[in-house]
Amino acid sequence: MWLLCFCNPILVIRCRNILLHTVEMKLLTHNMLTSHVKGVTKGYPLNIKATEVKVNEVDFNAQFVTRMIPKLEWGPLIQAAEVLGHSQDLPSTLIPNYENDEDFLRKVHRILLEVEVIEGSLQCPESGREFPISKGVPNMLLNEDE
Amino acid sequence: MESSMDYTNVRRTKEEKKMLRRQTKASHTLLKHEGISTVSHPTKHLVVSNGGLGNGVSRESLLEVLKEGGTVKSLLTPPTKPYAFVTYSSTQASQNAFTLLNGRSLMYSDQSVTLYFSYVERVDSERTVSCALPPGLSVLEDFVSIEEELQLLKAVDWRLDTDDITVHKALKHRRVKHYGYEFRYDNNNVDKDKPLPGGLPVECDALLQRCLTDGHISVLPDQLTVNQYQSGQGIPPHVDTHSAFEDPILSLSLGAKTVMDFKHPDGRSVSVLLPERSLLVMKGDSRYLWTHGITPRKFDVVPVSEDGGSGVLTSDLSNLTLNRRGTRTSLTFRKIRHTPCNCIHPSVCDSQQPPAPPTMPVVEADACCLEAQYVHQVYEEISSHFSSTRHSPWPQVRDFLLSLPPGAILVDIGCGNGKYLGINPEVMAVGCDRSANLVQICVERGYEAFVSDALSVPLRSGCCDACISIAVIHHFSTKERRQSAIRELIRLLKVGGRALIYVWAMEQEYNKQKSKYLKENKYEANAVTTSCMKTTEENNTNQQEEHISSVIRNTEDGSGDVTARRIHVHTNRTAFLSQDLLVPWHLKGNKDKNKEAASCSTEVSVEQSSQGPVFHRYYHVFNQGELEELCVSGVKVLRSYHDQGNWCVEVEKTNHIPSEIDIAMEK
Ligand SMILES: C[S@@+](CC[C@H](N)C(=O)[O-])C[C@H]1O[C@@H](n2cnc3c(N)ncnc32)[C@H](O)[C@@H]1O
Ligand SMILES: [Zn+2]
Repeated sequence: MWLLCFCNPILVIRCRNILLHTVEMKLLTHNMLTSHVKGVTKGYPLNIKATEVKVNEVDFNAQFVTRMIPKLEWGPLIQAAEVLGHSQDLPSTLIPNYENDEDFLRKVHRILLEVEVIEGSLQCPESGREFPISKGVPNMLLNEDE
Repeated sequence: MESSMDYTNVRRTKEEKKMLRRQTKASHTLLKHEGISTVSHPTKHLVVSNGGLGNGVSRESLLEVLKEGGTVKSLLTPPTKPYAFVTYSSTQASQNAFTLLNGRSLMYSDQSVTLYFSYVERVDSERTVSCALPPGLSVLEDFVSIEEELQLLKAVDWRLDTDDITVHKALKHRRVKHYGYEFRYDNNNVDKDKPLPGGLPVECDALLQRCLTDGHISVLPDQLTVNQYQSGQGIPPHVDTHSAFEDPILSLSLGAKTVMDFKHPDGRSVSVLLPERSLLVMKGDSRYLWTHGITPRKFDVVPVSEDGGSGVLTSDLSNLTLNRRGTRTSLTFRKIRHTPCNCIHPSVCDSQQPPAPPTMPVVEADACCLEAQYVHQVYEEISSHFSSTRHSPWPQVRDFLLSLPPGAILVDIGCGNGKYLGINPEVMAVGCDRSANLVQICVERGYEAFVSDALSVPLRSGCCDACISIAVIHHFSTKERRQSAIRELIRLLKVGGRALIYVWAMEQEYNKQKSKYLKENKYEANAVTTSCMKTTEENNTNQQEEHISSVIRNTEDGSGDVTARRIHVHTNRTAFLSQDLLVPWHLKGNKDKNKEAASCSTEVSVEQSSQGPVFHRYYHVFNQGELEELCVSGVKVLRSYHDQGNWCVEVEKTNHIPSEIDIAMEK
């Protein structure tokens, strides 16, 4: 059940999470992450630079997604999905009454929980500092002088 | 009634008044310091203040005086106490003794003491304590005959000592002489490649062979230290340097008996009588963990029975008296150790000290270095072994996680191998940890996690519904850093969000319950429960700290040096002796991997022992109330509790505290 396709320079692997158990950085995590480099005032959102992206099927739970949406920063989420080529025409501003729009919720489910970055980096929008993502693990450690 | 009226109506002389005052003072002291309550009506029992072994009054001389009053049924003389209890055959007799003897002066050991009498309701036999010998200790009586004793004493005759075969010095407290190897008091060790010519005296051969055939030793000793103690001389408490000598250590007492004091680092102490011609064998705990020493004094409290019985000196309080010390010569036989010690007591083991024992940080930069070397690098190195030991969640942490509403965002700060990230599948859990290897394990197990420091978590303020930090904040080495870590965690919470924090507790025993950590100690289980005379209040941290310092620092010649606040190595599965400590981690598992870890980590606090490398993690264990003190700004403490040796708080964020980042962003 492997499906490989090449979108621009980004490698996208499609798989079922039963086959490959590894979970990589989800956009939900990206939505929470911010730069904490000393002196930076506009450290959010981080720019995603991905060299390897995976779509990992996760069981859809409408209620869970509905509960998650108000906790998100919507703009940055859509931006990140666009960079990874998965925006699925989602609107740049959040629509009202999404609770009953299953099609919408499925799309959000996809970008929130199924699209994952395996290799790449996250970049501080202000200082340009890059935080590497390797094997799905973002390393946000700063040096002592940062 | 009448008699007491009479008594008060009598016009007293100045002397009498003085005596009454002293008498009243004596009974107050008894009540206040010893919990002994005296009564005003006559009974058969009297407590004799100043008539105790503790202030130099022997049983014999006391008994002689007491007999003047009437027939003495029993006399109880607790060791080290300045009083005794006497029971007369009748109240009549005790009343008689009271009138006759109260205020009597005794001349004893160059000083005069005045006896004061008070009635007591009964003599508390529960004050009788029974004690066991320290584990591994044995005293073999009459190990050598009187003839052998003389022969051995002659062999080490100090006056004939003119050649250079042996090394002989008059230490501050006693005379010493070394055979085989010189024991150096500057470093408490021997020069292992500089044996002394001549070896051990041939006169010792027979008794050493006997030790071998009787199975007390498995190899012949190759070092002998002879100590000569005059009456009044002693040796400070110490543990023989682990790396210098093998186990066991033998010590033969010649010429006179003495009392040797053994002390456990937790403050328990046991005094053991060593009769002349007896052999002391110190093995295991008694050789490696308990200190031994001889208090410099001229008299010892010993059992009345003069048939030379050895053993613990607290078993029968009614049966003790004073013994004037004679000149004792001890022959200590030891086997030089050629490989590092790998005993089970790293806190007192010089072979198992970290390469450069760290000191408590003074400035922020020190704290960073300490934690980098003794926390972060260690977790990185031990990650896979550590992870394999961390599977079962603590029940109360699980309960907290299951109490979170579906769809809640949870962040686990210092998540380790992620054992809490999958407990509640209804919440969105994200972990972070300083150790990249541990975060990698989380991700491989299918959890969301990233690498970051708990002091600066790169997440939006207020983005979490809940946070947990389990066994992490005790790894910060200053109060400011512990405070910052909690402030950072609270920053992540939204208003109304809850956090659960666990840290290791100084108090491993709470509500008389030993924590699981202590209970898991297989070696110490027996030792901990033996109740013996405690020398100090067991909860006095400072005293304990001093005690453990003295274990490590006190040298055999009594010159202990005091240096900067060094962080001591803790002995696993024992009570904590100080709040800041290094906890050893014995790495197990893949041999090659161990080698790799050891070789690539020159700066890591690791050393090779025969079972595998030992790493040391820095911990600050919390006192009761200390964690709550750190949870002050912007939160309310919902509950705080003790759970299996941890102090725990659950807090709720009450209002938004602007952080530096937020303030900057608003500009
Ligand atoms: C005793 S373990 C506890 C792990 C996990 N919470 C558990 O209960 O199993 C301590 C963890 O704290 C992490 N840690 C220590 N100092 C840290 C720091 N400054 N920032 C983040 N994590 C840290 C270590 O890497 C380690 O995983
Ligand atoms: Zn040792």
